[in-house]
Amino acid sequence: MKVTYFPGCTLRTKAKDLDKYARKCAEILDVTLEEPDDWQCCGGVFTTSRDEIATKLSSVRALKAASDKNQPLVTVCSTCHNVIKQTNYAMQNDEEFSSRVNNYLSKEENYDGSAKVLHYLELLRDTVGFDKVKEKVVKPLEGKKIAAYYGCLLLRPGKVMQMDDPENPTIMEDLIRALGAEAVVTPYRNECCGSYISLENPESCTKRSTKITKNVETYGADMILTACPMCKYNLEKYGSGVPVVYLTELLAEAFGVKEDENAK
Amino acid sequence: MQNKNSSLRDEIIRISGTNPRKCMLCGKCSATCPAFDGMDYAPHQFVNMIENGNIEPLLNSKSIYQCLSCFACLERCPRTVEPAKLIEAVRLSVIRKQGANHLKPDNIPALLDEDLPQQAIVSAMRKYNK
Repeated sequence: MKVTYFPGCTLRTKAKDLDKYARKCAEILDVTLEEPDDWQCCGGVFTTSRDEIATKLSSVRALKAASDKNQPLVTVCSTCHNVIKQTNYAMQNDEEFSSRVNNYLSKEENYDGSAKVLHYLELLRDTVGFDKVKEKVVKPLEGKKIAAYYGCLLLRPGKVMQMDDPENPTIMEDLIRALGAEAVVTPYRNECCGSYISLENPESCTKRSTKITKNVETYGADMILTACPMCKYNLEKYGSGVPVVYLTELLAEAFGVKEDENAK
Repeated sequence: MQNKNSSLRDEIIRISGTNPRKCMLCGKCSATCPAFDGMDYAPHQFVNMIENGNIEPLLNSKSIYQCLSCFACLERCPRTVEPAKLIEAVRLSVIRKQGANHLKPDNIPALLDEDLPQQAIVSAMRKYNK
């Protein structure tokens, strides 16, 4: 099947592995990721104010591109997913907001809220199916103890994201198990790592990230799994030294297509 | 003064799209806020002070730059008051004024390191700058 794929700014620069392995693994799963030619950065964070219009237009244009092709819009970065899904929800449910957005756009560009936004994890679970993912595993990750880290943006607000239970999620653990590893469930997996506060207040970021990684150590996990470049950066830089891997890297490893970094 | 406060109050309520009057003072928002330690005014105080038109201290508070929109308070509010949206609206009413940007492009090069994801800068500029 074919889907529209929105990589986002960071996947083109600092998080190339997240992007590269998302594409490789999609190929293995017979999903074609079609990237729009002219996508723009989602803005990094969703502004909840109803009168912030211009900042949401890049998301609307990406949604429109997917809707024109009658495809779901797939993102792998937690942030892009959050911004685009919340924008889509506002287009569907806030009439004043959607009419103001469409006033910015030409008639042909007007968008009706009809696209479906999927995170890569949802694509794996709902479109492909974890059973099919499991079939494609050539190198089961036996013996690995992996703690899923959802962070803030993947699940919240729950009524908008509608991806999993925002307080007791299972989607990442189910993926970890499908790949043959042991899923370690930890209590701070849906707490905030500190995001861009690292620019303003590194102490606060250190406190939050260390609390999360120390807790992961207590529960005996060897590594942390994330979908978000911001979480990876903070947990690695401000945490207590637990390795953090992207979900697509893990998938690639189990599918036997992960490049050997030492071989270069 | 009363009029100025009440029009700012109405503006904040309008752009946030939420209703602080629904708050039943349970304090769950502040209890769950990961930024609580660094805040001079906590999320539950935003709700209460906005409802009472006591907004001036919030405009000058550092809390508006500590909230990162992790949406923990919004998710866990039993009355759907959604404090994060109110804090966002207060921050916007500050940084929308000319010369009130909290982060300026000139400050950014000093903040960069080799691994810093682009999204950190993009997000901070969206939250701190107009």
